Amino acid sequence: MVVEQSGLVYRTTSEIRGPILMVEGVKGVAFDEIVNIRRPSGEIVTGSVLDVSRDWAMVQCFGDTSGMDLNIRVRFTGETLKVPMSEELIGRVFSGSFKPLDGIPVPLSTDLRDVNGGIINPAARDVPSEFIQTGLSAIDGMNSLVRGQKLPIFSESGLPHNMMAAQIARQATIPGQETDFAIVFGAMGIKNEEADYFRAEFEKTGALSKSVLVLNLADDPPIERIVTPRIAQTIAEYLAFDLGMHVLVILTDMTNYAEALRTISIAREEVPTRKGYPGYLYSDLATIYERAGRIQGRPGSVTLMPILSMPAGDKTHPVPDLTGYITEGQLILERELSLRGIYPPMNPLPSLSRLMKDGIGEETTREDHQDVSNQLYMAYAEGTRARGLVRIVGEVGLSDRERTWLRFADRFEQEFVNQGPYENRSIEQTLSIAWDLLSILPEEDLIRIRETYINKYHPAHKSDN
Amino acid sequence: MSTIVGTIERINGSLIVAHFDEAPKIGDLTEVGDLRLMGEIVRLSGETAYIQCFEATSGLMPGEPVTDLGVPLVAELGPGLMGRIVDGVQRSETELWELTGPFVSRGTNIDPLNRGAKWKFEAKVKPGDKVEGGNVIGVVQETVSFEHRVMVPPGQSGTIKSIKSGEFTVEDVIGELETSSGVVPLKMMQTWPVRIPRPIKERLPLEMPLMTGQRVIDTFFPVAKGGAVAIPGGFGTGKTVTLQQVAKWSDADIIIYIGCGERGNEMADVVAHFPELEDPRSGRKLIERTVIIANVSNMPVSAREASIYMGVTIGEFYRDMGYDVAIMADSTSRWAEALRDISGRLEEIPAEAGFPAYLSDRIAQIYERTGRGVVMGEGRTLGSLTLIGAVSPPGGDFSEPVTTHTLRFIGTFWALDTDLAYRRHFPAINWLRSFTRYMDVSARWWSKLDPEWEASRSQALRLLEEASEVEETARIIGEKALPDEQRLVLLLAEMLREGFLVQSAFHEVDTYCEAEKQTALLKVFIEFYSKVDPLVRAGVPIEMVRNMDVVTELMRLKERAGVEPIEEASKAILAQRDALAEEYEVKL
Repeated sequence: MVVEQSGLVYRTTSEIRGPILMVEGVKGVAFDEIVNIRRPSGEIVTGSVLDVSRDWAMVQCFGDTSGMDLNIRVRFTGETLKVPMSEELIGRVFSGSFKPLDGIPVPLSTDLRDVNGGIINPAARDVPSEFIQTGLSAIDGMNSLVRGQKLPIFSESGLPHNMMAAQIARQATIPGQETDFAIVFGAMGIKNEEADYFRAEFEKTGALSKSVLVLNLADDPPIERIVTPRIAQTIAEYLAFDLGMHVLVILTDMTNYAEALRTISIAREEVPTRKGYPGYLYSDLATIYERAGRIQGRPGSVTLMPILSMPAGDKTHPVPDLTGYITEGQLILERELSLRGIYPPMNPLPSLSRLMKDGIGEETTREDHQDVSNQLYMAYAEGTRARGLVRIVGEVGLSDRERTWLRFADRFEQEFVNQGPYENRSIEQTLSIAWDLLSILPEEDLIRIRETYINKYHPAHKSDN
Repeated sequence: MSTIVGTIERINGSLIVAHFDEAPKIGDLTEVGDLRLMGEIVRLSGETAYIQCFEATSGLMPGEPVTDLGVPLVAELGPGLMGRIVDGVQRSETELWELTGPFVSRGTNIDPLNRGAKWKFEAKVKPGDKVEGGNVIGVVQETVSFEHRVMVPPGQSGTIKSIKSGEFTVEDVIGELETSSGVVPLKMMQTWPVRIPRPIKERLPLEMPLMTGQRVIDTFFPVAKGGAVAIPGGFGTGKTVTLQQVAKWSDADIIIYIGCGERGNEMADVVAHFPELEDPRSGRKLIERTVIIANVSNMPVSAREASIYMGVTIGEFYRDMGYDVAIMADSTSRWAEALRDISGRLEEIPAEAGFPAYLSDRIAQIYERTGRGVVMGEGRTLGSLTLIGAVSPPGGDFSEPVTTHTLRFIGTFWALDTDLAYRRHFPAINWLRSFTRYMDVSARWWSKLDPEWEASRSQALRLLEEASEVEETARIIGEKALPDEQRLVLLLAEMLREGFLVQSAFHEVDTYCEAEKQTALLKVFIEFYSKVDPLVRAGVPIEMVRNMDVVTELMRLKERAGVEPIEEASKAILAQRDALAEEYEVKL
């Protein structure tokens, strides 16, 4: 945090209510302005103005307010929250409110950027269309990621979403190009050991030298989480649109972020909507997620992969639900698959990548990619339906056709979805596994695939060509 | 237009409280703060005005000035609008980009219509002609596929005193109108307050279906020109793709695409791909008859709230010229959330789920701006306005307020289904939960093409419904235990699903299915059923029917262009049926 030495100091706090401070008699205070609150210990805690009138200001405090009294010094800095941008940020580790955690001072720079960022003009956006090969079949084959996309992982506690995110960060590449991704990692309220895991993973592959870590951990002040993802996105935007780098941003866990927002909202006594979350949760999440993308005429890109935990695995919980309405798809991890030993335990059926169609096909992956994906979806859906049936009527009650679907579903999970955490499959390998599995099914059931592709790629016909 | 100046008292997010010495008017546009951000007065209490600001309010300070501009939020209507990409308050995003770079900067005021551009105006009236509001006084060929009809603004009438053809800007005087209260200049541009519906002379019953080339829509759940549609669905059920398909292929003259709180990348996709899309009607580019309103989700909520009204007003303007206009609004839930946000900041008492009590009135007001009728002016020119609104219910739960209130005011309901979406059955329109009130309108149209259409359609729906009941049983006892007649129903439902209802937006042939092909395709499935049902009842095993080559062939017919392959398949059905009958010695 850049501590501004200017600004007006008030000792006129009239109320402290959870993370909210009411400061009276203020003059010349701007909406969204940053305040520095000095604890009796001398420690400076940051906050920002949520609501301001001619003679009072409501301040949200990013640090812990316990131990504060009404006589504390509140300095209004006259600035909105800005962070200095420089190439030297790469390789650094910061706290959730941008204090260095690696013992090196904050890089000096006159290029200060507002953490709220701007709104990318939709007319100036470039349509994301470059296929990213993650090496994971369930993603590449059926939910392909493209540069500039925002694709979240919806998970539950105890599932290997971190392992999966680290694997994607490690393996993500554009086939045929040797450019690597820079990684911006924003942590909100995750455990120390989870953060250490990522750091160790990045270190192992040398990715740490081209990454920036912004960490608010489980024992850090919860309200600080409001700014953490914004700082991470500001850095990502700078690396991408100023320095021309391709950036992969991992934000975890967005549910903790939303809880911080809810805490503030409840302290302000706002009318809550579902599960106590404020009505503006959608708009607020959008201001973070929408910063991903590509801009015409700028070489870099921001690809965003937020991770969020679904409380009790509930996809309709406000955080995953509203996230799904903003992001371009979602990857859903399921406990049931994990229990069966499938890694990544990703269920392709509810998962989706909206930008897949622009990134795949003859020129980027292969002409049959879309059709194969559609067919896998249909066949797996039929297979899971048959599996549900087995529970009631037993396998003997299935028709031959249903039995084939079932066999397909089992093998699909074991051979296509399932893979090693260090197994990096090329898109050709992924498609070839898909065709091997599809060849279990009678050819006339491959209704979602164009006949020309069946004749060209089906293992039974391949020898004809 | 008088302006009065006040000062900011309080800033709470997008809500500004300002004090004026002189009472301002509700609904007036304001310039807020030193940055002159655009806002609108939404509540008055004595000399205190509550203003919703259309731009981010970061950095504003109490004490900064506020100017009441004395006019409400209006749409500027005239040549130069077509093919544009504008934000919720009608600023051209392309111009904003050129002016201020790729990030939207605040306080940039640009004229919605280009003041410098000259248009070739061709007068269609002569001095001495009596005209009234809505009468066309001349035309401008705005794009190759779009003739812009310049009209007398609503509410004015009189005798043309002078009029001239030539090259003019939108503000140039092109003629004079002698009215009862004096001579008024005529210009190509007019303005209209977005929150007030433009008048229409006479509402008429709906008569024509809006043809979209999408089978499940045109055949099963059609919408009439002038009708209203709601398309609710959880995320990932294909609302956006369906809307885009209708925008691309429908036979409306003009398309207004409103991205209301939409994803930036998806708006970019619309912005990038619409100009490339070939217009199936004229062979020109679709963008030449499209206006795009791109309000992305991270733009301030007030601008989002305004974007729907802006889109509808622009749509009404083209309707008044005598065109069939179709508006796509994606998504009205985001608009409703903007209402909720503003209402919450005004500290109004919420009704359901935090939404204000007037939510249903506002939804009704928007959907009631649709319709078909005789437009203003002498004569009987017809125009229509169709609105297709996506709804994004939280958690995919259709019992939430926005969905339930919307259902009261619409005629067609396309219920999107998560399970269908999971199996990549797109469009994921559930045939059991969707409905249309425009069936009579549609049936009249289709029966001219095919007298048996209505019978085929209802039989197909009946089979699909029966199949869902049979499936319920199959879920308990297994499909194998069902009698073969019922398994045939399941087979037919599957064929209809895969061969008719599923339609790929990304398949070069299948993306658009002309009416002739739709009805031929539907009939061939019904024909298949009526031909093989007697066989199954006579004891031919269902497996043998399923293994008929024609089954797969029928499901692939949609991928083949034209109706000839369907005629051939129809012959194949007979031949293969006869072969089976012979094999099993069934007498027909």
